[in-house]
Amino acid sequence: MTAGIVVRDVHKSYGGVTEALAGVSFDAPDGALTSLIGPSGCGKTTLLKLIAGLLEPGAGEILVDGRPVAGPGRDRALVFQDFALLPWATVLRNVGYGLELRGVVRGEREAIAHRLIERVGLAGFEYRYPHELSGGMKQRVGLARALAVEAPILLMDEPFSQVDEQTRRKFQEDLRDLLSGERRTVLFVTHSIEEAVYLSDRIVLLSPRPGRVTDVIDTVHDRAMDPDRIRRDSAYIDTVDRIWHILRNYLT
Amino acid sequence: MRRLLRHAGSAVGLLCWIGLWELVGRSGQLRLLPPFSDVVASVPVLLADPGFASDVRQSVIALALGLALALAAGIPAGILMARSRPFDKAAGLWVDIFLATPLTALVPALMVLFGFGMGTVIATVVLFSIWVIILDTRAGILQARPSLIDMARAFGARRRDIVLHILIPAALPEMLVGLRLAVIAGVKGVVVGQILVAVFGIGRRLMIYSQNFLMDRFWALMICILCFAYLLVLAVSLLERQVAHYAPRR
Repeated sequence: MTAGIVVRDVHKSYGGVTEALAGVSFDAPDGALTSLIGPSGCGKTTLLKLIAGLLEPGAGEILVDGRPVAGPGRDRALVFQDFALLPWATVLRNVGYGLELRGVVRGEREAIAHRLIERVGLAGFEYRYPHELSGGMKQRVGLARALAVEAPILLMDEPFSQVDEQTRRKFQEDLRDLLSGERRTVLFVTHSIEEAVYLSDRIVLLSPRPGRVTDVIDTVHDRAMDPDRIRRDSAYIDTVDRIWHILRNYLT
Repeated sequence: MRRLLRHAGSAVGLLCWIGLWELVGRSGQLRLLPPFSDVVASVPVLLADPGFASDVRQSVIALALGLALALAAGIPAGILMARSRPFDKAAGLWVDIFLATPLTALVPALMVLFGFGMGTVIATVVLFSIWVIILDTRAGILQARPSLIDMARAFGARRRDIVLHILIPAALPEMLVGLRLAVIAGVKGVVVGQILVAVFGIGRRLMIYSQNFLMDRFWALMICILCFAYLLVLAVSLLERQVAHYAPRR
């Protein structure tokens, strides 16, 4: 597997005092979904922001498709934990906002936005405002916005953490379907073990304060399987168990 | 229905005050306060006065230019204060000082700088209205969620995009409150400035009326100014209603 994202010995501290990341290294394979998982305080979100180019590492390097990261770029699109939708803009404008920033003309970006709104299952909500939508629907808007810019790399920061459990399961299945037809490299931050195992090809485990990589696990269950069978598959359950036994050490 | 009741309530309150005014005026105890009916009767007299239209025009021009300058300088200053800690520290103290100062006392100093004319009146409007614009812009910008700025940056926004797409819309509800207060302060500024300069406009007219004890016309003019200011405030309130749908959800 060629590496889509390479993180090499990355350090990051805030205000020179709080060390968030202490020498983190891992690879996210090209065209696969890699999850970052760990308890709160392990620097997952910091790591994602570094890869997005929103923060600069104190030391170490991050390569995306072989090139060092220097600020945000068109090759990466982000999905946010709190959705980060413009409250004063309709669903249509929000979905097209990434394209708007890239200077795509209105007619064209709205056509693309309409198509993606349909794909994420929000047809009919084009002219609603974010506050008129449920949490799950808001995140579908956030996902559609990220997909609209057609970046080869998708960075997702705990996208389902503010969504209720039933919606979350449905969303996980839909995400798998949405990504199955494409070869996108996805980096997915989560604190849910089941979610990580269910969705990922590779899982990177982080320990807290300061964040370090403790294990990298490649999942083995057949992910073309029916979602309900995956959740009862023995390989799936074994991986969940294994991760739980590693992570429980960090709980005090 | 409830809205109707509320409007009826304020109408009754207004009528009570007018009734009281009428009674006090009729009693003749206060020479400075003629009966309300006399005051209303002199509104047409005032409007028919040949110099009135040009006085109003000059005053409105001074108000419009003063407010435009206050917005043009106040909004960038407010944005800068919200986005830069050193600037906030340096400028914040001055804004607070000017907000708490009886600014009327500074108008004679403006006359030294801008002369006895339009310049001083415009400067007075700016001096009266800019501080609240700065403060409310600053407060509004601080309402912008950091994740929205991150989002815009992640999707390739330049500094200008962030100001126009994120910061200004996020600040708009507070900025319009600032504008509403600035309009009121600006009307005061025009009147105070013109009274102190006392060579033209509505302010000179107020001076002439009060110095010659033409109290019915004095109060008629006051009522006209009040109605004008109220209409402007109403116009800004209509704009505020446009942003009300997202104001609590930034």
